[in-house]
Amino acid sequence: MIMFLIRKILWATATLAVASVLVFATLEIIPGDPAQVMLGINATDEAIAALRQDLGLNKPVLERYFSWIFGMLQGDFGNSYTYSVPVNELVADRITISLPLALLSLLLSTVIAIPLGLYSASRRGSLADTSIMALSQVGIAIPNFWLALLLVYFLAIWLQLVPAGGFPGWDAGFVVALKSLLLPTISLALPQAAILSRITRSALLETLGEDYIRTARAKGLSTGATIWKHGMRNAMIPVLTILGLQFAYLLAGTIIIENVFYLPGLGRLVFQAISLRDLIVVESVVMMLVATIIVINLIVDLAYLWVDPRLRHRSA
Amino acid sequence: MKTMKKLFAAALVTTALAPLVLAGQAIAAKTSLVMGMALEPPHLDPTAGAPAAIDEVVYANVFEGLTRIGSKGEVLPALAKSWEISADGKTYTFNLHHGVKFHDGSTFDAEDAKFSLDRARAEGSTNAQKALFAGIDSVTVKDANTLVVQLKTPAGNFLFNMGWGDAIMVAPETAEGNKVNPVGTGPFKFGSWVKGASVNLVKNGDYWGTPIALEKATFRFISDPAASLSAMLAGDVDAFANFPAPETMPQLRADPRFKVVIGSTEGETILSTNNTKPPFNDVRVRRAIAHALDRQAIIDGAMFGLGTPIGTHFAPHHPAYVNLVDQYPMDLEAAKKLLADAGHPNGFKATLKLPPPTYARRGGEIVAAQLRKIGIDLEIIPVEWGVWVPEVFKAKDYDLTIVSHTEPMDIGIYSRDAYYFNYSSDAFNATIAKLNETTGEAERYALMAQAQKIISQDAVNGFMFQFAKAGVWNAKVNGLWENSPVQANDLTGVSWSD
Repeated sequence: MIMFLIRKILWATATLAVASVLVFATLEIIPGDPAQVMLGINATDEAIAALRQDLGLNKPVLERYFSWIFGMLQGDFGNSYTYSVPVNELVADRITISLPLALLSLLLSTVIAIPLGLYSASRRGSLADTSIMALSQVGIAIPNFWLALLLVYFLAIWLQLVPAGGFPGWDAGFVVALKSLLLPTISLALPQAAILSRITRSALLETLGEDYIRTARAKGLSTGATIWKHGMRNAMIPVLTILGLQFAYLLAGTIIIENVFYLPGLGRLVFQAISLRDLIVVESVVMMLVATIIVINLIVDLAYLWVDPRLRHRSA
Repeated sequence: MKTMKKLFAAALVTTALAPLVLAGQAIAAKTSLVMGMALEPPHLDPTAGAPAAIDEVVYANVFEGLTRIGSKGEVLPALAKSWEISADGKTYTFNLHHGVKFHDGSTFDAEDAKFSLDRARAEGSTNAQKALFAGIDSVTVKDANTLVVQLKTPAGNFLFNMGWGDAIMVAPETAEGNKVNPVGTGPFKFGSWVKGASVNLVKNGDYWGTPIALEKATFRFISDPAASLSAMLAGDVDAFANFPAPETMPQLRADPRFKVVIGSTEGETILSTNNTKPPFNDVRVRRAIAHALDRQAIIDGAMFGLGTPIGTHFAPHHPAYVNLVDQYPMDLEAAKKLLADAGHPNGFKATLKLPPPTYARRGGEIVAAQLRKIGIDLEIIPVEWGVWVPEVFKAKDYDLTIVSHTEPMDIGIYSRDAYYFNYSSDAFNATIAKLNETTGEAERYALMAQAQKIISQDAVNGFMFQFAKAGVWNAKVNGLWENSPVQANDLTGVSWSD
C-alpha cells in the first residue's frame, strides 16, 4: 500500500516536471511578443522595449524558466502581463465557477446515468432497455454546444425562466448564482450521462455473465440482491475510470460551453490569455490543470483499491 | 405524469406573468444600462495599452482629457474649457475648468495636467501612442488653472490628438493603480470588475459638468456571436454598440423591441500594397488593381452587406471627406490595358497575406477571385497577428495584405517614412506638412481633401470599404452613438424613454 503510494507520487512528480518543460517550451516557440500585442501596431519601439523590461521578458530563457518553477513551488504563480494582478487571484476567481460547474455536472450525470445503466442492464432486451440505449445514442451524438443553444432558446428566450448566460457572482446570492449555472450544467451533464449510462450498462452486463453471479443466483439470491451486492461492485472499475476522465474533461474542456453562456471560467481565461499572449497565465493555468488531473488519477487509483480488494493485496 | 402536468402549469403561469412583471418595472424610467462588448479589456488604463476595449469602457465615462472627440469626429472642449493658440501655431494655452475633482476627492489642476502629459512622453513610458506626444517641447504650469504647452513645430491636429484616450488626465497619486482601479474625473466612477464577466460603473455625484441620467452602467463581455444574440433576445443586455453577429441583423431589425443602427467607424479596410516591390512599384499596376476591385461584392460577401465603399483613406462621416469611389471605377478592360502597358499582358503571380479577422480572410478570397479576372494570380497565405506584425508590418515582407486601419484621422500614415506601404510622395508629404502647420478649420479641410485625392490618384492601396458599426439596442434607449469616430462608448448622453 505504502509502496504503491510512493511509486504513484514519484511518477506524478516526474510527469509534472516533463509537462512544465513542454508547456514552457511550446509557449516560447509560438510567435507573438506579449509587449507588442499589448501596445498595438502603432507603438514606438522604445515603448515596447520599456514594457518588455517591466515584464521581465528580456531575461534569458533558462533564468525565466527556473524563476517560474521556483515561484510555483512556493505557491507564487507570478503576475498576469495583461491584467497586472497575481495569477493566483485570477485563477481563484475563475475556479469558483469552473469547479462548481464541473462538480454539479458530474453529480447530475452520475445521478442520471448509473440508475439508467443499472435498470437497462437488469432488463436487457426489453423495450425500456432499447429506448434508454437509443436515447443515450442520441445524447452522445448531440454536441453539447448545440444542446446549450436549444436550452437557451426554450428556457431563457421563450419562457424567460433563467438568464441566457453570464454569471452574476456568488455575492449576488446563492440561488441567483445557481440559477445561472443551471443551463450550463445540464448542457454538460446530458452528453456525459449518455456515455456513462452505456458504460455502466455494458460493465454490468459483462459482470452478470461471470460464474460467481450464476453461483450467487444458484444459492437462491434474488436478482436485485445479486446485481447490487455482486454485480455493481465489480462493474465499478470501468465506471470509475470514466468518471475520473469526465471530471478532468469537465474542469478543463468546457471552453465552448463557457463561450456559449459567457461564463468567466477557467477555459475562457486560458482562451483569452492565449490570444493576448499573456504567457505567464497560460503556463500557470495549464500546469495547475496538469497537477489536478494527476491528482484525480491518483484518487481514481485509490478508489480502485477500495472497490477491489484483490488490487489491494497485489499492490502491497 | 402528475408532476409533469404541474411543471407545465408552472411554466404557463410564469410565461403569462412575465409581461406583468416587466410592465411593473417600466413605470419609472430605467437608470441602468447593460452594454455588451465582444472583448474584455485586459486592464482599464488607456495610457498603457492599445486594445480598443479599454477605451470602449472608460473613455469619456471614467476618464477625460483636455479635449474630447464628439460623435462626428469634431474636437470639443473637455477639462480645458477653452484655449488660445499663438500666431506661430507653436504655443497652446489651455484654460482649465475650476472645481474639477478626481474620483478619490483630490482636485484636478494644471499640475495634474502637466504630470499626465509629461508621464506619457517620458523616457520609459509605455504609452501605446507615444507618437502623439512627440511634438511637445515643454509643458509649463502658469497658474492652477492655466497650462501652457510648447510644441517643437506647429501641429494642426494637436487638439484632436489631445482628445485620444491615450492622452487622458490622471492624478500622480493614483496613476499607477489605474489598470485595476481607474481614478479619473468623468461622470462615472469605477465600481467593480468581475474578471471575465463584467465591469460596473456608477454615477459620480460630484461631477463638475452636466449631470448624467444613468445611475449605473455595466459592460458585459460576450465573445460568442450566438450568445450575443441570445443575450439580446432574452433581455440580459440592453445594447451592443458593435454587434458581433451581423448575419442576424435581419432578425433583430424585424423585432420592434430593438433598434438596429448601422453607422460608420474610423476603420478604413484596405488592400495594403507594398509600393516598392515590383511589379507594385508601377502605378499602372496599382491602378489596374483599383479598376478590378468590385467593392460592393466584397462588402456583400465578406461583411453581410455592412460597409461603405471608399476610394481613399478617409472616413465618410467626416465633414472633409471626398467621395473618390469613381476615381477608378470597376472596369476590367481598362485594368487589362493598364497591366499590358506596364508589361504584364498575361498578368503575374503574387502573394496575399491575410490576418485572422473575418473581413480579411473572407474579403481576401473575394479579392483574389476578382484579381484573377485580369490575370493576377494570388497565393493566399493566412497568418496569425503574432506573425503579421513582425513580418508584414515591421519587416515589410509582403506583396499584398488586407487590414482595417482603425485609428481616427490617420491619413498622415501615408507620409511616414518607412511605413509598411513603402509609399513616398513629395506632393503628399508637402500637403501633410502644410496641414500640420494650419490651425483654421476651413483651410485644414481643404488640405485634407487634397491629401485624399493624391493617394487616390496614386492608387497607393486598394481602397475597399469603411468598416460599419452595427449597433443594436433596446428601442427605449436614447443617446448612444450612431458612428464611432473614436473607439469609445460615450454613455454621458444616454437615457431611457418613459
